[in-house]
Amino acid sequence: MAELKYVAKDFKSDQYVRWCPGCGDHGAINSLQKAMAEVGVAPDKTAVISGIGCSSRLPYYMGTYGFHTIHGRGAAVATGVKVANPDLTVWQITGDGDCLAIGGNHFIHSVRRNIDLNVLLFNNEIYGLTKGQYSPTTVKGFVTKSSPFGTVERPFRPGELTLGARGTFFARCLDVDIKNSVDAMVAAAKHKGTSVVEVLVNCVIFNDGAHDWIASKENRLERTILLKHGEPMLFGKDNDKGLVLDGFTLKTIKLGENGITEKDILVHDAACKDYTLHNLLVNMEGPDMPIAMGVIRCVDEETYDDAVHNQIEQIQAKRKIKTFDELLSSCETWEM
Amino acid sequence: MIDTNKIEEREHVVVKFSGDSGDGMQLTGTLFSNLSAILGNEISTFPDYPSEIRAPQGTLGGVSGFQVHVGSSRVYTPGDDADVMVVMNPAALKVNAKGIKKGGIIIFDVDSFQPSDIQKAGFTTENPFKELKLSETIQLVPTPLTSMTKASLEGFGLDFKAVLRSKNMFALGLICFLFDRSVDQAIHFLEEKFKKKETILKANVKVLVDGYNYAQNIDASIAKFQVKKSHSIEKGKYTIISGNKSAAWGLIAASQKSELPLFLGSYPITPATDILHELALRKDLGVITLQAEDEIAGVCTAIGASFAGNLAATCTSGPGLALKSEAIGLAVMAELPLVVIDVMRSGPSTGMPTKTEQTDLLQALYGRNGESPAVVMAASTPDNCFQYAYMACKIALEHMTPVILLSDAFIGNGSSLWKLPKLAELPEIKPNYVKPEMKGEAKVTTRDEISKVRYWSVPGMEGFAHRNGGLEKEYVKGGIATDPKNHQKMVDARQAKVNNIANYIPDVKVEGAVDADLLVIGWGGTHGHLISAINSLKKEGKKVALAHFNYINPLPKNTEEVIRKYKKVIVCELNNGQFASFLRSKVTGVDFEQYSKVEGQPFTVLELKERFNKILEAL
Repeated sequence: MAELKYVAKDFKSDQYVRWCPGCGDHGAINSLQKAMAEVGVAPDKTAVISGIGCSSRLPYYMGTYGFHTIHGRGAAVATGVKVANPDLTVWQITGDGDCLAIGGNHFIHSVRRNIDLNVLLFNNEIYGLTKGQYSPTTVKGFVTKSSPFGTVERPFRPGELTLGARGTFFARCLDVDIKNSVDAMVAAAKHKGTSVVEVLVNCVIFNDGAHDWIASKENRLERTILLKHGEPMLFGKDNDKGLVLDGFTLKTIKLGENGITEKDILVHDAACKDYTLHNLLVNMEGPDMPIAMGVIRCVDEETYDDAVHNQIEQIQAKRKIKTFDELLSSCETWEM
Repeated sequence: MIDTNKIEEREHVVVKFSGDSGDGMQLTGTLFSNLSAILGNEISTFPDYPSEIRAPQGTLGGVSGFQVHVGSSRVYTPGDDADVMVVMNPAALKVNAKGIKKGGIIIFDVDSFQPSDIQKAGFTTENPFKELKLSETIQLVPTPLTSMTKASLEGFGLDFKAVLRSKNMFALGLICFLFDRSVDQAIHFLEEKFKKKETILKANVKVLVDGYNYAQNIDASIAKFQVKKSHSIEKGKYTIISGNKSAAWGLIAASQKSELPLFLGSYPITPATDILHELALRKDLGVITLQAEDEIAGVCTAIGASFAGNLAATCTSGPGLALKSEAIGLAVMAELPLVVIDVMRSGPSTGMPTKTEQTDLLQALYGRNGESPAVVMAASTPDNCFQYAYMACKIALEHMTPVILLSDAFIGNGSSLWKLPKLAELPEIKPNYVKPEMKGEAKVTTRDEISKVRYWSVPGMEGFAHRNGGLEKEYVKGGIATDPKNHQKMVDARQAKVNNIANYIPDVKVEGAVDADLLVIGWGGTHGHLISAINSLKKEGKKVALAHFNYINPLPKNTEEVIRKYKKVIVCELNNGQFASFLRSKVTGVDFEQYSKVEGQPFTVLELKERFNKILEAL
């Protein structure tokens, strides 16, 4: 392996990190800084843009260019940054409230346009900074300060929303699983287009244990499946469980039972344009199904920023007007 | 019908074309204006159109008009009332009946004045002219526009609708004859417009020529008008430009002068969208336009582009400015250059989207949370939207601040002659960049201690990485800070930075009779009407002065001195006194009288004169 130009420390700022002790965001930022070192883009050529919320404080702790904007609008600001200067690597940090409630419109449109952004969606299923109200991803019936008798609304599934907005990249990782988080973030950075990484993070104060189902290493092996492009969808401690298609749905089976062999198991194709299977994967839930982790979808499509600049180049090659003075001479004029 | 021997020379003539919104009145009016300008007349135009794209035919709601004021001396407004009016149906007559001068001429399509048409326009009798009690001095010229157009296009193979749509050209031909303009130049314009639609082009040209010949061949007793070349205008190369187009071009000029790419993030809204259209065309000059998913994203993408080092702008109207206010506050806090063009329309809420007003001033000045000073400027004519858009960019870049430029539906859609500028002659634009020796040292808050302008570094610059944002920052180190004294210091620095801009803008000029007792104060798009009223009073031997403002926050340095010189001061604006109340907070102890109008229409010169005369009599 070639020596890396940067180490994680190069992406740290001098600011004291103010998240609560034990907050999942600590793990997420570590993964991000490691991923940035691995990707190897200089801190000076990297911009980290956020909205408002606990997760959105992240840019202050980065040694890159950073912009902590206003609630929900990170996607729009990041869009402007990337389109204005496509040479920059742009990360957008957001949370389940910032991204999917107040910022839902900007989120789906940045995904639809396929702006070349790396979006880290820290999903803790709660509003932390305003001290504990339900968010658009909070499970139905959950009791919070603003839902003392349990929520009555259905949550969003970020993966499903990304695919519905014609997303070209979706990955999922867990705050405490640094290795797989780094892999997912590196893959996101390498993908050209809007890469959405749902980082499942724990809020120790207001929603502690939201991801407990998969938090311990042992449970993770049994209850999640790490998807890898081109490999069979196997999981479990002994790697003996797998996914098959059963009619219109996915089913978990055990190798060896009913004569099932590895050949019967689905092979992951993250690059498949049709997202039908990706959608089944992102929506899998326990206890019957494992939770899908890793890169679930990664499809090549022209990015908006490329399209904008390509169109400008094409027009400039064809047209005669190159300067403001030439623009003036192109209009109907007369001497008075 | 027209007596070719009788020629009446006029210094000024106002012509209005009015019909259904599908009758092509905007095109007819534009062509006639262009013809006049090319012949050396001064012009000012105003399109008055409904927000319904195609209201039911022949109804009052669907009437679309285009007024042009043609002159052989200075023309400042599209004129109050029309000398000549072309009306395509009874609804157009009804809507415009009050806007025709005594002794004026109404040319109407007699084919569209059938009993059913008259009824549709809400008339209760058979004679709409009588019913409207039009002055008997008005000359009526019935013309069979529809049937003559049909006859003209017989055998052309056009469908009925296409034939009907061509009748505007018959009217234009007729007007060309009446004003002694050759149709050749009009044909030239049509060739440009219908380059790719050969049949439509041929049909339009045929009807235009037939309209001209028709006027020549029949005899009647109205005179031909002659409006001679203007000699009061500065010599040079001219074109006709609308306010929205000239604002867009001002941004382009500033982009080239500052050597920064131009980025416009915008969401369509009447009456500002033409700025987006105009800039979207200019890919040849590298302009990036992003039609965002909403108004908020429009300004936020622009703020992102500014953070990334572009010259960034957004354009909108009142409701959009309201949606953008939180983001403009972010630009204030992050001290980023940003140009917001608000082409004001009638409000509140959706209001009357196509009608003009000056009711967003206080929103522009104060419509944000926190102590949030931004620069506010206003253009006053279609052509100077260029100059003020350019200056808005210059101020934003050199002083690291959002600038809100107020235009309005009247000057944004209206057009006037524009003397072509030369880029080389426009003032330099020097953005306040970090200096190389600051590398590794500059913080996000590092600023010039005199001007309080923050130094600008953008992503990609090595050794200047920093974190910006909406949270309060520590004055020296730029980190997040909640210290009470520090907050006061930062609030004061941002305010001082904006106040300091007063040192870079011109003094407000006093026009008219400087030694008058009455000072009229105006701002923005009302300049044409105010100066016309004042010039007209001057001809009558009366003394009135005008101080018209283009820079509002900060105000020009001589504002107080000018205002205190006069015995009586009246602030005229198309709102209920917003600038007056702002002035009261800046220049205390002066009795500012107000002349306010909130009808969705510009002032008329006549009503202004009446008011000023009353004051003069009482002095």
